[in-house]
Amino acid sequence: MISLTVASLVIFFVVEVAPGDPASFMLGVNAQPDTLAALRSELGLDVPKIQRYFVWVGGLLSGDFGTSYTYRTPVSEMIAARMWVSLPLALYALALSTLIAFPAGIYAASRRGEAGDIGVMGATQLGVAVPNFWFAMMLVLIFAINLRWFAAGGFVGWDEGFWAGMHALTLPAIALALPQAAILARVMRSSLLDVLGEDFMRTARAKGLSARQALWRHGLRNALIPVLTIIGLQFSFLLAGSIIIEQVFYLPGLGRLVFQSISARDLIVVESVVMLLVFSVIIVNFVVDLAYAAVDPRLRSRT
Amino acid sequence: MSLLEIQNLSMSIHSYDILHDVTLSVDEGEIVAITGESGSGKSMTALAAMQLLPKGADTTGRILLGGHDLTQMSERALCAMRGNDIGMVFQEPMTALNPVHTIGRQVAETVCVHDSSVSRAKAEALAAETLARVGLPPERFPLSRFPHELSGGQRQRVVIAMAIALRPRLLIADEPTTALDVTTQAQILDLLKRLAREDGMGLLMITHDLAVVADMADRIVVMRRGDVVEEGQTDQLLRNMQHPYTKMLFAASSHQVTLPVAPKPEPLMEVQGVCRDYKLPRTTVFGAPGTFRAVNNVSFTIQRGERLGLVGESGCGKSTLTRALLGLEQIQEGTIALDGEPVFTGTKPNLNVRRKMQVVFQDPFGSFNPRHRVDRLITEPFHLLDDPPEGTDRQAAIAEALTAVGLAPEDAQKYIHEFSGGQRQRIAIARALIIKPELILFDEAVSALDVSVRAQILDLLAELCAAYNLTYLFISHDLSVVRTVTDRVLVMQSGEIVEQGDTEQVFERPAHPYTRKLIAAAPVLPDLHQEAG
Repeated sequence: MISLTVASLVIFFVVEVAPGDPASFMLGVNAQPDTLAALRSELGLDVPKIQRYFVWVGGLLSGDFGTSYTYRTPVSEMIAARMWVSLPLALYALALSTLIAFPAGIYAASRRGEAGDIGVMGATQLGVAVPNFWFAMMLVLIFAINLRWFAAGGFVGWDEGFWAGMHALTLPAIALALPQAAILARVMRSSLLDVLGEDFMRTARAKGLSARQALWRHGLRNALIPVLTIIGLQFSFLLAGSIIIEQVFYLPGLGRLVFQSISARDLIVVESVVMLLVFSVIIVNFVVDLAYAAVDPRLRSRT
Repeated sequence: MSLLEIQNLSMSIHSYDILHDVTLSVDEGEIVAITGESGSGKSMTALAAMQLLPKGADTTGRILLGGHDLTQMSERALCAMRGNDIGMVFQEPMTALNPVHTIGRQVAETVCVHDSSVSRAKAEALAAETLARVGLPPERFPLSRFPHELSGGQRQRVVIAMAIALRPRLLIADEPTTALDVTTQAQILDLLKRLAREDGMGLLMITHDLAVVADMADRIVVMRRGDVVEEGQTDQLLRNMQHPYTKMLFAASSHQVTLPVAPKPEPLMEVQGVCRDYKLPRTTVFGAPGTFRAVNNVSFTIQRGERLGLVGESGCGKSTLTRALLGLEQIQEGTIALDGEPVFTGTKPNLNVRRKMQVVFQDPFGSFNPRHRVDRLITEPFHLLDDPPEGTDRQAAIAEALTAVGLAPEDAQKYIHEFSGGQRQRIAIARALIIKPELILFDEAVSALDVSVRAQILDLLAELCAAYNLTYLFISHDLSVVRTVTDRVLVMQSGEIVEQGDTEQVFERPAHPYTRKLIAAAPVLPDLHQEAG
């Protein structure tokens, strides 16, 4: 709650002090002063900033995000429409990155120092180093232009059915997931290696478990805590940080909305989207905390 | 034929020799102890018997269990053997259990992993029965407990339960009680002995503690640097030691230092009614947090020039009291004064007092910054002085401190990793000496050292207190060390001092029941001279 309040203050005043008056931006440089004043009053820009802040926050609390300056449509509707692209995309990418990273990390850790480990680590090094928009362009080149398996961009909408929607999101999700998977695989590997050196792994071996059984039964769950932390951080990034990918694939997502609103000085949209992202980060952190407690009984009594 | 026979076992790890020609055997129902100092290869011998050696280990020789050579077995056969024929108990109970699984599940796993046809309910019933055997009855310790809800001694019982669940023929225990308090140690040793006798199980015990060895073992194997130097029935070996190393080990563990006579009492540090509370986490949102009183109404006086001991088990408040004496923390009630000046003023330690006392900690490996040279490390206390020596005076002070602890002035230019554990502890003492304090606190300062090194350090401490007119406060759980190196002793239990008096008197005629319990629990070396005569 406190963090949300602080975040709302920071977001509002930082965005408001940025140069550029939305009204004059909308009317162009040749606007008459009285037209400008009329528009400013219509948009509610003529009252003091403090008052505008409370109007905005009050609106947020009652679920009213205000009205976009440029499009004159409720911000909540715009966000909801974009959310239906960005949220599935983020979840899809997260699922992919986890599906790639877990086996890769476990495989590398169980073959530490061997060829398999070195191969996986080399690949993840590449994944971390190469930017995701380059992956995106390569994917478009191979799968959309040469093989024609997927469309090069755009989003068909969920009205066409679940699978059609997923199909359209596949390439962007892969492009987003690959660098994330590389990071996650490295975290998984090092976390698992730490756990493999623990005393209780030796105890497990002394009980008669094979190295493989010990890793799956005793190693994995203990290695999950750092991995969960990274997954939480990545989800927030995937939700908001996909601006470039959304541009490459021409997807109507949240990232594009923010980008367009900033260019148009549609401040209220920017503020509301950023606020929503802050809120989602807090929710994700809460879920991650719950996941910690599920994984590690030592953390249960404290919460 | 013996149950376990290790024949001419040699081992090297990455061409570094660990064991040479080790030969030993354990019979059914027999307790054999391998003893020796760190680096003697005793733990590696145990791991070799489990075939759980680190990567890169290269062994020759034979390890026969009931006639089958373990070194020739497939990994699959070894997995079937571990936990079923041989159980193993490790040193560190705090980390030997998986923190995310319940104790019931971990004990039951031993059963399930060897016989997948056993139902879950049956495995859990056997787990409950085994836990009851090791003194954790399910009524008080349900299977659903997690390791972090148990104390160190209780966790060690769980580890033992895992090892003996399938009634193996051989149990290997690697320093099973080293990390535990004396009273807990006595209980665990009794338990191991009882289990070995009840099941007719062979017990191979690895320990550096000769008093434990003498108390427990039927047979003793003494190792040094990968060699077995001597072996024999316990009473025979104790009565008639052949090898000089064995003699040295036993002499060093019962080493007595000669302390200078304590001067006539004149108070140096006065501690009056000290209480130290810790805040507990809030249990309700708005309620005040509870407090835990770690030190309760403690009063004593340290006389100038005396050696005072402070003994007690883990959690009794020794360390909290030490921090309070050093002025590192604010106390809630009472006063601590050195030469009449309080150790803690306002919000920070009183520098006037701090420069008169120094501390030496337990861990000679963790208490130095590895990136600094020795001269920088030992001159750290100079920041307590208003006018620290510079240039040649500084060099002279470093040289003097290093010489005083038996090192060379040239060692000042080396890094800490170039020194052994004993040498590091000498450097820690040099660091304490360099500003010529009046009082030095030793917080478990010799606990991590091998007996031979410990004996040397204790001698050094005796010499230094005469040469520099020092006062010591010696905090330890090791009663035998406290007995030899102190004049007076305080016994602490649950935050309170339950007994204090002259060391010999307290040890000979303990008045408080807790002191009696402590002294009775501590294993003692038999008086060898008497028996030899």
